[in-house]
Amino acid sequence: MKKLSLSNLNDLFSAIAEKENLYIPTDNSVGQAAFSLWSDGAVLSEKCNTVRSAKDLFFPQVENLVNFKVTGKQIEVIENRDPAEPFVVFGVRACDLRSFDILDRVFLSEPVDSYYRTRRENALLIGLACSHPSQTCFCTAFGIDAAEPAGDITCWMSDDTLYWRANTEKGATFTDSLAILDDCQDDPVHKLQEDLRDRLGRLPLHDLDLTGFDSDNMIKLFNSEKWDELSQSCLGCGTCTFICPTCQCYDIQEFNTGKEVKRFRCWDSCMYSNFTKMSAGQPRPTQKERFRQRFMHKLVYYPSNNEGIYSCVGCGRCLQKCPVNANIVKVIKTLREELS
Amino acid sequence: MQKRMIAKATELLNNGTVDRVLGWKTGEFFYDLTPAVFDSVSALEAKFVFNSFSGANLSKYLIAESRKPGKIAVFLKPCDSYSFTQLLKEHRILRENVYVIGVQCDGMCDIDKVRNIIGEGLLSVRKDGNHLIAETFDATKTIAKSDVLLERCAVCKSKKIVTYDELIGEQGDVCESDRFDEVARLEAMTPEERFEFWRNELSRCIRCNACRNVCPACSCEKCVFDNDNSGVKNKAAADSFEENMFHIIRAFHVASRCTDCGECSRVCPQHIPLHLLNRKFIKDINELYGPYMAGADLNTKPALMDYTKDDCEPSIVYERNGGAQ
Repeated sequence: MKKLSLSNLNDLFSAIAEKENLYIPTDNSVGQAAFSLWSDGAVLSEKCNTVRSAKDLFFPQVENLVNFKVTGKQIEVIENRDPAEPFVVFGVRACDLRSFDILDRVFLSEPVDSYYRTRRENALLIGLACSHPSQTCFCTAFGIDAAEPAGDITCWMSDDTLYWRANTEKGATFTDSLAILDDCQDDPVHKLQEDLRDRLGRLPLHDLDLTGFDSDNMIKLFNSEKWDELSQSCLGCGTCTFICPTCQCYDIQEFNTGKEVKRFRCWDSCMYSNFTKMSAGQPRPTQKERFRQRFMHKLVYYPSNNEGIYSCVGCGRCLQKCPVNANIVKVIKTLREELS
Repeated sequence: MQKRMIAKATELLNNGTVDRVLGWKTGEFFYDLTPAVFDSVSALEAKFVFNSFSGANLSKYLIAESRKPGKIAVFLKPCDSYSFTQLLKEHRILRENVYVIGVQCDGMCDIDKVRNIIGEGLLSVRKDGNHLIAETFDATKTIAKSDVLLERCAVCKSKKIVTYDELIGEQGDVCESDRFDEVARLEAMTPEERFEFWRNELSRCIRCNACRNVCPACSCEKCVFDNDNSGVKNKAAADSFEENMFHIIRAFHVASRCTDCGECSRVCPQHIPLHLLNRKFIKDINELYGPYMAGADLNTKPALMDYTKDDCEPSIVYERNGGAQ
């Protein structure tokens, strides 16, 4: 275990940024937290979480894949992927860290997504235990311990001290290169963890019951009459999918500049009317089917294909940001009535 | 108010005036209400709610709801009634299938403003008269409702319920509002400063389309940006400037039809002050063609859909300190 006085936090960031690009959550001009490239003096946000998740640094909203240039009968294929550079992300919460397990199972399975893999290999993730979990947090329901975030390195913060522990070989090597950190005992961290776990256990959604969301109930859940009511006011916007740390759907599109064709991929949303539209038409003709797709995917399809792991981490972003407050907790509670 | 609304809705369902009621239903917490259609008295009694967080404008849902069999009752706050009237004017809602109950409103709250005041870790919110009581593990704060109003409510344009079949409570008047002050502040900037302001604000856009989808003036069956055959389908922008253009194009499209209901800014997850684009158009129209309020009545022709021989030529004569003359 290492430690650092919080008054020296800027020096720590400076030491990291000297080696690699460093991203930390900072408050933007409207007072919301966002991961941004650190520059001298940038202050770590005190917000519970960022509006956009850490996913965005690995699976960006828009990604250039390749360009094609046609000259006469020649087609030139131009590689234009981002140069691969190592980077560090500091301050990732336990929920967002768990989301990488979920995304890895999609992007790192055959066929491997080399764009995502390159960033995963280049990144050093530094987790940060929560200080102020709120009403909308329910990571505990998915067995996530916000007092013990994963990552290459885990950090905890008291009022005046940052505690630092390497978890992986990569994290240990990185830690050894930072002379600014001092050795210390584990005890203060245990106290911080105890306090945090006590608070987590008192959150209103901490024991959200997911019993029955499994492949055995797939057809029953799919055919539930509750979807009409649940999806009734859904606007069909993409907010929930775009701020979600585990949503991973994308579309591949081409843009013809007149001189060349740019092939790129961009986030897609199952809430959108043209999501997975095929030449035969739209397989999910109304918002009800689109809405159902999102929650069936997170709560039934994904776990059915991935050893029962849900593709929700309980970060609560959709609870805070859905324009009509339709969200996964309401879906779970309403459908649970059907199952019991 | 909530009790009277439930009683009224119950009466309308029981005496057969309507088959359904559009309102707001309770959520997990005090503030996460959802627009909902109630089709029974028991559903109303179990879930209907009207409180300081009934901000969602219900008018747009009536485009679809008024085309379903039977008749639907709806509760409209003053500003929602402008959106409703504008949609009637555009022949988007079937009036004969809707029973409008106008309800007075003393301003709706913004939960993010509550979060900003109480700090991180919000655990509960409840109402006590004109105050909200917010709690975290470490603090309990009593917050004046007036300090956490939605932007549109802080500069409320009107307490008048434009269209209704019945009122609960009193009819109100158009308010003296300083809603154009922020627009004037932007107008006073140099073009470079203003460009910088909007580039910064719009740089946060994640193109979730919440602003468009919630907007009562955006009522196209299929948006051109969602249409694969339009040639301008736009799931992702080619560059950051194109992203900015989306919002500017949208503001142009709703100009003279936007009632300044403020839903675009309320729903933006990134807190982009989109209403300022629309308000700039409203202010310009007022100054160039005389005062005009979209949704204020069914008859007045919108300035941009009307032509008179002495209309000004904005590009030639309009000066910031001038006007139509």
